[in-house]
Formats: sequence, C-alpha cells, structure tokens
Amino acid sequence: MSPNSCGSAPVHAETEVHFRDAAAKALLDPQLRANFRRAMDGLITKRKAQFPDPRDLQDLRDLSTAIRSRSLLNLPELLEQFEANCTKNGIKVHWAETCEQANELILGIMQAKGAKTLVKGKSMVSEEMHLNAFLESKGIEALESDLGEYIIQLDGETPSHIIMPAIHKNKDQIARQFSQKIKDAKYTEDVDELTAMARKVLRQKFLDADAGLSGVNFAVAETGTLCLVENEGNGRMSTHVPPLHIAVMGLEKVVARLEDVAPLYAILTRSATGQAVSTYFNLITGPRGAGEKDGPQEVHLVILDNGRSRIYADPQLRATLRCIRCGACMNHCPVYTRVGGHAYEAVYPGPIGKILTPQMEGVGVRHDLIHGSSLCGACGEVCPVEIPIPEILVRLRREATHEDLGSAVAGKGTGRTATEDWAWRLWAGVTKRPTLYRIATWFATRFGKALPAGAPLIKNWTQSRTKPVPARRSLSERMRTEGGPHA
Amino acid sequence: MPDPRTAILGRLRAAGDSGPLPALDTAVLERRQWPAAERVARLRKGMEAVHTEFLDATPTTWPAVVRAFCDREGLKNLLFGPACQDGAALAAAWAPGGTQLMPYDRPVEAFKQELFGEVDAGFTSTVGGVAETGGLLLMPGPAEPRLMSLVPPVHIALLRASTIQDSFWSAVKALGWGRALPPNALMISGPSKTADIEQTLAYGVHGPKRLIVVLVDDLA
Repeated sequence: MSPNSCGSAPVHAETEVHFRDAAAKALLDPQLRANFRRAMDGLITKRKAQFPDPRDLQDLRDLSTAIRSRSLLNLPELLEQFEANCTKNGIKVHWAETCEQANELILGIMQAKGAKTLVKGKSMVSEEMHLNAFLESKGIEALESDLGEYIIQLDGETPSHIIMPAIHKNKDQIARQFSQKIKDAKYTEDVDELTAMARKVLRQKFLDADAGLSGVNFAVAETGTLCLVENEGNGRMSTHVPPLHIAVMGLEKVVARLEDVAPLYAILTRSATGQAVSTYFNLITGPRGAGEKDGPQEVHLVILDNGRSRIYADPQLRATLRCIRCGACMNHCPVYTRVGGHAYEAVYPGPIGKILTPQMEGVGVRHDLIHGSSLCGACGEVCPVEIPIPEILVRLRREATHEDLGSAVAGKGTGRTATEDWAWRLWAGVTKRPTLYRIATWFATRFGKALPAGAPLIKNWTQSRTKPVPARRSLSERMRTEGGPHA
Repeated sequence: MPDPRTAILGRLRAAGDSGPLPALDTAVLERRQWPAAERVARLRKGMEAVHTEFLDATPTTWPAVVRAFCDREGLKNLLFGPACQDGAALAAAWAPGGTQLMPYDRPVEAFKQELFGEVDAGFTSTVGGVAETGGLLLMPGPAEPRLMSLVPPVHIALLRASTIQDSFWSAVKALGWGRALPPNALMISGPSKTADIEQTLAYGVHGPKRLIVVLVDDLA
C-alpha cells in the first residue's frame, strides 16, 4: 500500500476488488437499472438544453480548461498565496498528506473546542477520508445534511453518484425507509412531504450541532475565499450556524482569481444538473468578523494530498486534476448507466473514478476499473474541462502491465499476467516474421470458422456476441491475386 | 520527516511546470451583454423559472409594498437589520399593528431558538443582481447578519433594477469582489430546493421555502 492511500478505508483493502463481479450482479437488478436509466436520461436532456449554441459551449470549455490548466501550472505558488490570504482573513489552514492525517486533524480541531456533534454539507473529499466512520469510532456524531447524503446515511450506504448520491433509490424505497427510520414519521410517497420530514429533523440538528463541515468547490488564491455551490441551503446552514466550521479540500481546487471562478461555475452547474445557476453560490472569506452577529467563531481548512501530488508529477496524468466534479462523465457513460455507482466499489465512480481511483490506490489494486470501459469516448466529449479520460485509461492500462515506463504511477506493472504476456509475445513473434504471419493467416482464414465459440478466451467475447467469422482469404492474399492500386 | 506542508509543496515544486501558461480567451463571457431593461426581464425570467416571486415597486413605494405583502400573507413578524440603510427606511415607514418588525440586533446565540422557531420572514437588501442566469448578490455583515436570508421560511429581498449586472463574471468585476471580500458574500437565485428524491424538484428543503424579490424600478 502506498504511503498516500487511505489505510482505514473499509472497501479498499489490499485484496483486489472485482468490478467485473459487482457489475455483473448490478446488471441483474432491473429496479436499479431502471432508476439509473431514468435519472441519467433526464440529466443528459437537461444538460443539452443548457448548451443550445455549440460555439458557446466549445468556447466555455476551452476557457474553463485553460483556467484549470493555468491553476495547475502555478499550483505550489497559488497554494501558498491562498494559504497566506486565508490566514490573513482568520481562516486556520492545515495540511494533510494522507486521509489518516486529515481525519486526525479534524478530530483534534473538534476536541480542542469540546465539540461532540458535526453536521455535514456535501463533501466528496470527506467521503474519500471515510471521515464519518472515523469520527464515530471516536464518539463523535457526524450527520450528513444534504438530502441525498442523509437518505443514504440512514441506510449505511455510500454515494452512488458524486452529485446525486441517492440516485440509485426511487421514492417508494425512500418512503419505506423514512417511515421505518425517522421517529414518528408516517408512510408517504409524496416528495414534498418526505422533504419536509427531513427538513424538520435536520433543522434541529443544525441548531444543536457543535461544528459544521463542508467541502470546497473552488478556492480563490487572490482573496483567500472558499466557494460553495449548492441548491438546498444545507451548505450554508452547516457553515454559518454552528460555532465552528471545518472545510476540507483536495489540493487541486485552487484558482488564481475570483473572476476565473465565474466560467467554471457556469459550466459546472450546467454540466452537472442542467441548471444555469445553483440556488446558492456561497463565498466564505473568514469567520465571524468584528461586529457580526452570526457566523462561525472559527473557520479551519484542511488541504488534503492523498496521492494528488503524485498524479501531479506526470504531465499527462496531471489533467486528471483539472476535474471540477460535475459528474457529467457519469451521466453520459453507457457503463455507469447500466451498472450504477456502487458497482465500482470506489468513492469516485464512473469514468472520472476509473482514472482517479487507480491513480490514488494503485493500478494493481484497482486493475479491474481501468478495463471497465468500452472506450466509447462519451466522457471525454462532455467533460467541461476536456480531460482526455479515454486516453488516460489507455495509458493506465499500459502502466498496469509495465513497470519500466519511468512513471510515478502507483502499483505500476502489478497487473501483468503470464497468460497475457505470453499472448502478446506470440503475437509479436508472428507479426515480425512475414512467412510465419502468412502461414498463420492462411490457417486462420481456412480453419478459423471451425474454432468452437466456447473455446477459452474466445468465450469471453462470444458469451454476449456472435462469433466473428474470418474472411475466406486475407486482404493481402486478395491484393496479391486480384491486384490493387499498389499491387 | 518534514511536516506535511513542506513535503507536499516540495513534491509539487519538484514536479516542475510543464509548458507555457495557456491564454485565457474570455470572448464567450463578453458576449453576454444586454441593455438595462432587458437585464431586468432576463433576471426576472431566470428567477421565476425557479419559483422566485416578484413584487413591483418604485423608489418611494417599496416599504409600502413590503408591508402590503406581509399583511396579505398574515406574517406574524419580519426580521430586519436596523443598522442597514434599507432596513432603517423600512422601519421608519412601518405603521404599528399587524406584522411586527423584529430587529436582528444581538448575537445569534442570544436568540437562536427563537430565530429557528418563531420568525416568519427575513428582509434584506442586495448589492446587485445577475441578468444572465437570474440571481441576487448579497453581502451580509454586521448590519445585515448572514442567517436573515437563510433561516426564516420566507426571504424578502430588495433589488434595485439599476444594480443588475450582465453576468456573475461582470458582477464580480464591477463590485471589485476580486480585490476584497467580506467574511461572507453570496448569490441567491431562488428558494432552497432539492431534486435528491427521484429527480423530483421540491422547494424549501433547508433554507427559505419562498423567495420574494421587491423589484424597485429606478431605471428612469
């Protein structure tokens, strides 16, 4: 296990996790597939409606990509400037190399204030840290307040989508769950009534909580500001009502200027949920100021690495860090739509997860993920910051079987198998020798048809497709006998 | 072993930069411009689409418009900031009886329970609006605390048409937010909402259930 990975993570043990098996199981669940299909179709339609002009969309993507690329090129300087401005504003900045360090930091901050309860706005980094489980093991209640996160926390589940964590559930399932798990709740399938129930429970929690936690969508270096994008108001509740606010962010979130945030925000909400704007865009630049009557007395920020600096070191893989976590790649992924987010058994599911998770946890441990793609390219096509996800997947597949590429990829070479190795050697041997190649193709064209569909290796292809039948004669054979422009 | 900060920054520095900084072409943002009257219409359309309600007013009638709304809705009380210019103007025009004006004039700790349980509505000013998508810009502070626009079930916001900017991008520049920001500033486009249950929109999940914009026509 690499020094940067999350050792306490329950689902990411050192043993290999099999996406293939989990996906096969998910495919057999018609309810799950229906829930995802409906939701993803809706999101695709809504996103499309937000970008009526293809030129505007491309210009906005180019600008957003340039802003994120510039931020990464200047990352160490921007982080220092951001930290200095936060400190000037009264925000206490902490750094963590690992999730364990980040968890301990948060525990320490809470203990210093005697805080026993934490109410949380949505934060994927805190999911990455498995913060809730950690705090609960230390006797601190950590309650999710985003409605989707609250729903899944009631059932002890993890998010199945980074923007809509409870997307795998339909309202009947949520109605049953609320009637069983919320005190004095009656059974109703009315969405407004279900929402009102959660509001009632959570308002009391905001009121009583000793501390609030949030993520950070964008961190602004020039002002020392934390930007939070949300619709529900739970982010504002979590960051303004309790006396202590703790924010967590991945170190890649910083941008140089506040005006850089405007196009990123515009493309984020449109790509994510097909909204031109979110209900709230909250800019937090400090704790309660002189004369202010509310707001937290203290604001702390934990900046987490967890493998990001290693990803940063590689010029091609660095593009992974441009991600603004909109989830559009998931919404448009034919694999994700069919198997759902839980099949990935990773904090970040879908296409971005397929490249991020193996880089964080090691390509060997999550070897299955980088192959869970048809490379159709939809993810790269919709990505608002033009992350070449398919190219990075191919690169990681290569890294998984080679340890001699001179990269810093975690677990490189550990996915190499003797069978595959042998198959490629054989292939190389044959294709490098024209006579041998000609004999091989002669045999393949004459007898390929006779090969049984159930033969090893071929079986993997034919179990869901018809067996391909080779042409009677190879192309080069026909060129020789029938002639052609270059014959 | 170096401390995490030194170690992380050291690793990032060791990676070195990779190539020149790409240029920023903001033409797509600059194309977003409208005449003043159209800015008002766009803001209104964008915000009404997410259930914001509008009340028309003039520079002289707006306190009466706020009052009439409160009476019509039978609001028990209205939280306001007495130290804020608009709050003071509202209080000066407020006739006794009916909806009671409630000043937010002490630290929240002194009346947290009351704020969460007893307040029907909050009144705030704004520092501008955003035409492109619809949105109000607020700068809470000592005169107008943060929770006024968040905790009460109804938020009434005063918006002057002349302060509406083309886009969030142009607003950030016009207001100089990149140079200095108070501890909290925000944009609000509608009442609190969620679609976390089966993609079905529901309003009033954590924040206000209703957002009322008192739109002051001061363009003439």
